[in-house]
Amino acid sequence: MNYSQVLEIASCTDPGMVRSHNEDSIASDPANGLVVLADGMGGYNAGEVASGMATTVITTEVQQLLAKMQPFDIDAETKAPLAGRMIREQVLKANTSIYQAAQSQPQYSGMGTTLVVCLFYDNKMTVGHLGDSRLYMLREGKFSQVTRDHSLLQEQIDSGIITAEQAKHAQHKNLVTKALGIDPTVEPEVKEYATRPGDVYLLCSDGLCDMVDDEDMGMTLQALGGNLKLAAQQLVQMANDNGGKDNVSVILVRVLREYPAPRGVMGKLFGWRK
Amino acid sequence: MAKLILSMDGLVLKEIPLSKERTTIGRKAHNDIQIDNLAVSGEHAVIVTILNDSFMEDLGSTNGTLVNGNPVKKHFLQNNDVIELGKYKLKFIQEAGAQPAAAAADFEKTMVLRPSAMKAAAEQAKAAGAAGAQAAQAMRQAAVQASGHAAQAAGTAEKPTAPAAAAAASAPAAAAAPAPAAPAAAPTAGPPPRAGGQPLGAIQLLSGANAGKELELSKPLTTLGKPGVQVAVLTRRPQGYFITHVEGAQRPTVNGQPIGSAPHALKDHDLIEIAGIKMEFFHKS
Repeated sequence: MNYSQVLEIASCTDPGMVRSHNEDSIASDPANGLVVLADGMGGYNAGEVASGMATTVITTEVQQLLAKMQPFDIDAETKAPLAGRMIREQVLKANTSIYQAAQSQPQYSGMGTTLVVCLFYDNKMTVGHLGDSRLYMLREGKFSQVTRDHSLLQEQIDSGIITAEQAKHAQHKNLVTKALGIDPTVEPEVKEYATRPGDVYLLCSDGLCDMVDDEDMGMTLQALGGNLKLAAQQLVQMANDNGGKDNVSVILVRVLREYPAPRGVMGKLFGWRK
Repeated sequence: MAKLILSMDGLVLKEIPLSKERTTIGRKAHNDIQIDNLAVSGEHAVIVTILNDSFMEDLGSTNGTLVNGNPVKKHFLQNNDVIELGKYKLKFIQEAGAQPAAAAADFEKTMVLRPSAMKAAAEQAKAAGAAGAQAAQAMRQAAVQASGHAAQAAGTAEKPTAPAAAAAASAPAAAAAPAPAAPAAAPTAGPPPRAGGQPLGAIQLLSGANAGKELELSKPLTTLGKPGVQVAVLTRRPQGYFITHVEGAQRPTVNGQPIGSAPHALKDHDLIEIAGIKMEFFHKS
């Protein structure tokens, strides 16, 4: 199944107003319904290396898997769609690659990256994420955050030490508790969500959500929903107008219509006849 | 900017910003902070402020100066230190925004909290001397706080070279400090107010059913037109207002010329036409 007829994807990435180079990395594969965004960290150019490895490894590996199997097929072991396992395993593979590169080459020592990855299939999407890059959703005029950051700040909010309002002004927005490539193994958060036609999904690095209020992001998506490319550029521009202290990356995905998997027991049984 | 809060017997007398390089304290009238009390020497002490660092020096006073209860000759002031001269107390407040620029820049960098790096960074910080030791202590506090929910962790993925270690230490230190008193630090962080000095723009409709109506462009973006037919957006940016084509086969015109795909800067009294409706852009006030 080719998802490029079902999903409209636009993206934009920018070094921002302060940083000299862009440590963010984005990739999208509309045909397979796959989008990946990573925000690298580490000295010199190591951040770019880590985020670049993450997006490349995950897209190529998932593409290879998709050639062999369908994400909506049920996994015999977990009784859940295969997509969840596909994402988890490929994220772990990327983790190993980055970790080994960091261990073997001194200039890459300590590099790592945050990650958000979405795979669309069967009116659903599987989302994997690590760190403070986020996924938002605009559905029927309501803009909301889907992922929850793996950050010290989020943990403090969860445990009630500070309120969400205070968190906006906190100093330590940058401390993440999970990331790709830092430790030999990692547990990504992988969840499945139902999608609806008309939904717009926004993947972004912290360079956007630290600079632009959620409210303004939602307003931009609503106002410029008719032109996703322009909306992506506008979001990056807003982050830069507000200071652009970090690299800014945005991927927008709009669900154009329903995309149910060709299945059902009969469909599967007689699939060979097609 | 740092400041001192003068109090006696728990009663706040006044607040003194440390705006000068030298702020003198004493009984005589020529001092910057005059404390008219016989227990205070004529020229009792001086506070020297260099960039963001303040040092307190006792000027050989008769009764001496205490900082946090200990008699000192010279002391590098830290946030919340209490200087005592006789019955008078001066509390030193270092505002959160007054960190050195380098450390502030490091705050923006995304870093990972992890247990293994914690030890190394703490040791490095300890080795970095007095200031470092303090940072390491703050860092341990941060670690204790983090341990409740994260790992028992406050280290960073950054390779802990000496400046990085200090920055790493100061980051969780800040993490620990503002948590209970976050509102105090509030205005320093966060995005700067947008479009501050720029005049407010508005459009007045010149044709159509609502001709004569005025619309203030106070939001960061305002869409105009008919969805599905022709839509344009007016964006409010620090540089001024811009019009951009969003959707529709026909592009909006400015002073009779159709605009390109790039945002078009608007000038006072530009005439715009979108979806057959004419309007004028102008600066209010």
